[in-house]
Amino acid sequence: MHDYSNRYLTVAVAAIFSALLFTGGANRLAAQIELPPEVIAAEQQRIEVIDRISPTVVAIFPPDGQGGGSGVLISPDGLTLTNFHVVDGAGPFLKCGLNDGKIYDAVLMGIDPTGDVAMIQLLGRDDFPFARLGNSDTVKVGDWALAMGNPFLLAEDFQPTLTFGMVSGVQRYQYPAGTFLEYTDCIQVDTSINPGNSGGPLFNEQGEVVGINGRISVEKRGRVNAGAGYAISINQIKNFRDHLQSGRVVDHATLGATVRSDEFSTVIVDTILETSSAYFCGLRRGDEIISFGGRPIGSVNQLKNVLGIYPKGWKIPLVYRRDGERFEIFPRLEALHSTGELLEFAGEPPMPANPEEEPKEEMPIPLPLPHGKKPIVIPEEHKHLYTGRLGFVNYHFNQTRQDKLLNGLKSLGDFGGPDRKWTFTGQIAGGAEFKLVLAEFACLLELPREQRAFLMDLGRPETFVAGLNSEGMLMALYEWQQFMTKGKDAFTEMYYVGSEPLDGVGQRVDVLFTLDSEREIRWYFDQGAGQLVGWDLRLRPDMPECGIRIPTWKPDQPHSTPVQFSVVVDGKPATVFEVNSMETGDVTKPAP
Amino acid sequence: MFWKHTQFDLRRTPLWCALLLLFVAAPVRGDQQETLTQVLSKTVKLYGAGGLANLASYGTGILISPDGHILTVWNHLLDTDSVVAVLDNGRRLPATFIAGAGEAGLAVLKIEVRNAPHFDLNQLAQRGPGTPVLGFSNMFNVAAGDEPVSVIHGVIAMVGPLPARRGRFDMTYKGDVIVVDAVMNNPGAAGGALTTASGELLGIIGKEIRDSRSNLWINYAIPLYDFRETIGQLVRGEVVTGDRVELPPVIRPVDTMPMGFRLVPDVVARTPAYIDVVQPGSPAAESGLLQDDLIVLANDDLVQSCREFYERLHQLQKGDVLRVTVRRGRELINAELIVPELN
Repeated sequence: MHDYSNRYLTVAVAAIFSALLFTGGANRLAAQIELPPEVIAAEQQRIEVIDRISPTVVAIFPPDGQGGGSGVLISPDGLTLTNFHVVDGAGPFLKCGLNDGKIYDAVLMGIDPTGDVAMIQLLGRDDFPFARLGNSDTVKVGDWALAMGNPFLLAEDFQPTLTFGMVSGVQRYQYPAGTFLEYTDCIQVDTSINPGNSGGPLFNEQGEVVGINGRISVEKRGRVNAGAGYAISINQIKNFRDHLQSGRVVDHATLGATVRSDEFSTVIVDTILETSSAYFCGLRRGDEIISFGGRPIGSVNQLKNVLGIYPKGWKIPLVYRRDGERFEIFPRLEALHSTGELLEFAGEPPMPANPEEEPKEEMPIPLPLPHGKKPIVIPEEHKHLYTGRLGFVNYHFNQTRQDKLLNGLKSLGDFGGPDRKWTFTGQIAGGAEFKLVLAEFACLLELPREQRAFLMDLGRPETFVAGLNSEGMLMALYEWQQFMTKGKDAFTEMYYVGSEPLDGVGQRVDVLFTLDSEREIRWYFDQGAGQLVGWDLRLRPDMPECGIRIPTWKPDQPHSTPVQFSVVVDGKPATVFEVNSMETGDVTKPAP
Repeated sequence: MFWKHTQFDLRRTPLWCALLLLFVAAPVRGDQQETLTQVLSKTVKLYGAGGLANLASYGTGILISPDGHILTVWNHLLDTDSVVAVLDNGRRLPATFIAGAGEAGLAVLKIEVRNAPHFDLNQLAQRGPGTPVLGFSNMFNVAAGDEPVSVIHGVIAMVGPLPARRGRFDMTYKGDVIVVDAVMNNPGAAGGALTTASGELLGIIGKEIRDSRSNLWINYAIPLYDFRETIGQLVRGEVVTGDRVELPPVIRPVDTMPMGFRLVPDVVARTPAYIDVVQPGSPAAESGLLQDDLIVLANDDLVQSCREFYERLHQLQKGDVLRVTVRRGRELINAELIVPELN
């Protein structure tokens, strides 16, 4: 009857002695006891893993030294993940300690208040030790999970505290605390997570980061661990990785539809916004949602869970059923919050120092802030890494990414300045010849064999939708010409968004957002070569997007030429234009 | 016997216990996953009465027969006709109360299923201190969707009797309990399974209680081995009698007229504690209470409903002082009454 406990206790006792052995305490004892080799091996492996990951764990402190949290380094140049609630209100610069005992400055790169994640960058080295990211989808109940960080801010020398426990549940949905801070698809552990562990890593047994610890259930025992801690899954954070480096307040998403479930675990579309991408893709009230993001959907909670891991603007595969027939669509997710709501988190941009005051050069510049807020402390040597701007937590990093993408655009060659006329000839797939003219004041598409022509006249807004199917194709091409010839000046607003899989299934592309009048465009750049691979235009908020895709460019002088381009609209097949020639020349505006 | 000897040492040396925790890591792999899946399929989430103050409206139960008998603890959750059981796959089924009682305050419910995965009561395990254990429960109602309950791990620290109390009352159960080193007895956890690392059932996670002497919250389970007979009786729907039956407290309205006032009729679960009538010239009238005052505090405890007010009143005896704070418009007003003989 007691065989079972015997076995465990033998293992336990052996393990205790092996621990003594490794701490060098009792070689004599160990020599007398036969240790199972797997115990020694497992123990040695665990020690090695902890040795390897300890240097990657960060103790994070706000500049005023009040409170603090944890983080984890994920790249040699210092990119560090933590919780939004660790950096909230701390200003753009933080102090961080590593287990080498040193303190490093760090700068805020981006925040995700809904997902409770923030990215900061540690400064001063390009060879930071960093942790490998694991695959949180493979985490299972019963797996062992190690939390590291600085609970109760115990580590004055920044040696992280390690706690060890079990995965209690996966794909947990934690209701929003307040209006934001929704934990979707998170990992529940009985690993002891306490105040100060916030933002620190949850590792699997191999020492890969599978989550960021951020929440605990507390009850009658007070604000300490009560057996249930929650980590944001690392796969969710991977989706936001580039967004979090954009200096922005990152938003999560909704489908633009509400759903309900019945007693048979079917999830039915209850209401749907008629201006949502899902609607344009064909989804209607009463349709049954079968899967979303590749996961089967059997309850409203499951849909919320999947929805929560994606950034606003991603296109996510959705399979629905209507009258027994299955349809797969790729709706673009809508914003979860309004711009105004997100603005609150960006904080007011610091106002320039009063020029009449004498600047004290050797001091950090204390910047005046709205009443009741603490002044932002900016270390002099790092001040070039921060730019305040309304709506951004740190515009500097957005500017950097924009510049990188605009440079990539230049690699396509010289398309000349404003007032250019571009003429394309070729065939539409299927054989019909086409001629396309793009100019500053008007664009024309001619299909001579079919005796059809489409004209978009900048002076006549009713023509802005012109294109083969009134989808706004000519305006989309016009904006492209504007971008190539005028760059940033073509738009009233431009910012770097982050990255997304092109059309929901393709390679990850960098996304640049521009606004011209009310025309919103998302430009897509190949993450490797930096080449422009396409863009989507939303002519008006109540219209579906019109997209142009340029899969390949033919290198040429003075500029590269698209080999073909295709026009894509939600819910319709793409139209491919094969380009035989592209000519660029000056054009003179007709007299008004 | 080797294990008994070790048990002694483990109790005296907490550090060893900590090490033990670390090193039991090795066995949980592969077939352990299978074990967890199996136990999770035998554990159900229960939803019933509650939702007031510190009373959770969620709990846990374990399937003990292929026909859907569920063993749980008899607490306020069952104080309604509409208890719902949610299986590990998200299936929601109404659960009928079959019987409850026994020294340990156990209850049996039943759902309409066939061939349900279940714990075999003929194969209950008994283990001593040092045994690695797993707790399966709907703690904090974390598993709010169509998902299995939470699993936590720990080690048996002690098996023995425990003088404990629940609120202001002593726990009536005087038998042995299994005390574990993990924070297990959280809201909603009561009725969950305590198993060995290989999934053998040891006990049922108990209600939230405190040690009478140290005032600390206790993490424990009631060992089921000695209750096989009782559970069998409960399953058959037999009335189990016994002096030490712990019944859930049923709060009945108290006639407060001897104090000179009456609350509005207690019609819904959370009827606000409004004063309906104040008798002129009574102690209540003299202390300044008026009709339509809303009682918000009774002896500094928050009162959110008539029932909570009566609950507080139940704890007082003749001659005690009852301090009430009422809200009148935007004002808070204090009044003091001496409790007379009440029914």
